[in-house]
Amino acid sequence: MLEIDVKKKLRDFDLELSIKISRGEILMLVGDNGCGKTTLLNMIAGLIEPDSGMIGLDGRPLFDSSIKIDIAPERRRIGYVFQSYALFPHMSVYENVAFGLRTRNLSNREIELLVRDHLADAGLWEIRNARAMKISGGQKQRVALARALIIEPDILLLDEPLSSLDIRKQAEMRRELREKLRSYAVPSIMVTHDLRDVASIGDRACLMERGKIALEGRVEDVMSWASVHSEIEGEDSGSLMR
Amino acid sequence: MREIALKAAIALVICLTMAFIALPIASLFLKNSPDAVLRSMNDPAVKDALRLSLTTSTLTTLIVILMGTPVAYVNARFSYFGKEMEDSLIDLPVIMPPAVAGIALLMAFGRMGIVGQHLNALGFSIAFTTLAVIFAQVFVSSPFYIRQARTSFEDVDLSFENAARTLGASRIYAFFHVTLPMAMNGLISGVIMAFARSLGEFGATIMFAGNFQGRTQTMPLAIYTTMQGDLDVALCLALILVAISFLIIALVKNLTRRMYKNVRN
Repeated sequence: MLEIDVKKKLRDFDLELSIKISRGEILMLVGDNGCGKTTLLNMIAGLIEPDSGMIGLDGRPLFDSSIKIDIAPERRRIGYVFQSYALFPHMSVYENVAFGLRTRNLSNREIELLVRDHLADAGLWEIRNARAMKISGGQKQRVALARALIIEPDILLLDEPLSSLDIRKQAEMRRELREKLRSYAVPSIMVTHDLRDVASIGDRACLMERGKIALEGRVEDVMSWASVHSEIEGEDSGSLMR
Repeated sequence: MREIALKAAIALVICLTMAFIALPIASLFLKNSPDAVLRSMNDPAVKDALRLSLTTSTLTTLIVILMGTPVAYVNARFSYFGKEMEDSLIDLPVIMPPAVAGIALLMAFGRMGIVGQHLNALGFSIAFTTLAVIFAQVFVSSPFYIRQARTSFEDVDLSFENAARTLGASRIYAFFHVTLPMAMNGLISGVIMAFARSLGEFGATIMFAGNFQGRTQTMPLAIYTTMQGDLDVALCLALILVAISFLIIALVKNLTRRMYKNVRN
């Protein structure tokens, strides 16, 4: 169980929220740009320090202001797929996926076996020697996911992983992503603007507004709120939250 | 008609500017016979100056890299009290007249200088030694490297370092395996600029290190000294410096092109 109860003063508002996510559950985080979604992911990953509160996994604190614990990002075992994917452009696909294993001082043989498994599973083995910046958007998304999963993370964070793909590719990747996340029994949080992602990937959804949770519940509840909202606002219900 | 006149005027300005820059450089070659250049290459003043310049400029560049890289990285990534002032201070030697730099170094590290007097009491002297040449070169050339290195580090998006850290890399590991390779072209460009500035340093060196052949007489100082006696030797040294300058420009242009290509990608 991932437990989050944090506060942080941001430039325009105070971020203040409390969420619990079970093992194997996929929480979809939706909300307008700048409402604090990515900040929350960065706090869980240890890249931004909350002003106060706690973040804990299965009773083990990752951050706790009351007892002054703040585990460094490299020791949190978090798989993070960044919005831009953040693939290292000077490395090959293989080296990108192997990066997390090299930091753990595994032998080359072990690294090769694991990387081969993950790349083959993602259909990327053929392009293992290609530079990360030379591959297509869909391939980049798969590499970023393989790189995050190979370290066997305890938590998965995905920041709009489908936003840079074209619409047809998005539908294909949604199916893939859902299957992948399902097969890893860890708490997952995915940030998205697209309600199609919420409907086809998530178990539960949170709507964020100016650093607070405005609505939390089953995917269907958030979807029905969104359809009412889209009728009022006359917006495209597919990508409502921009 | 007016458009043709405008184009002709622009062409004339370009030609005049080119001629103004190219003529003195071409004159170096035109006023120099290959025989005289080859003969002058064996002159002890040329050999000593070339050896000293290359040695001190190389050592200076190494010192600038070791000192400048952490400073550039910290200034690119973090905010701290006094950062603006430190930033201005780093740039100061670029606009400071070399003679002022020389006298400032004397006041700090000379025999009667603020630090120098204590070193002198311990029997250690910096001014008018080869070490003084390196001090002068580091002082004037470090801003060229630090400025370029800072820009190169800023160009590496923080998300790459963040990704490395979530994958298990410490700050140091992420720096050496992600940030440094991604900033490398820009850093090399800065290294070349710092090396070039060290090689051409004159004013601060002559004030702080003096002009002693084999010890502190670098190539620019040797040109100044030999042109009062044997012009062929001065011309030979000048040609060597021009050749090195051309090489440096070609290297910097090539690296800058590659750097922008990387940034675009």
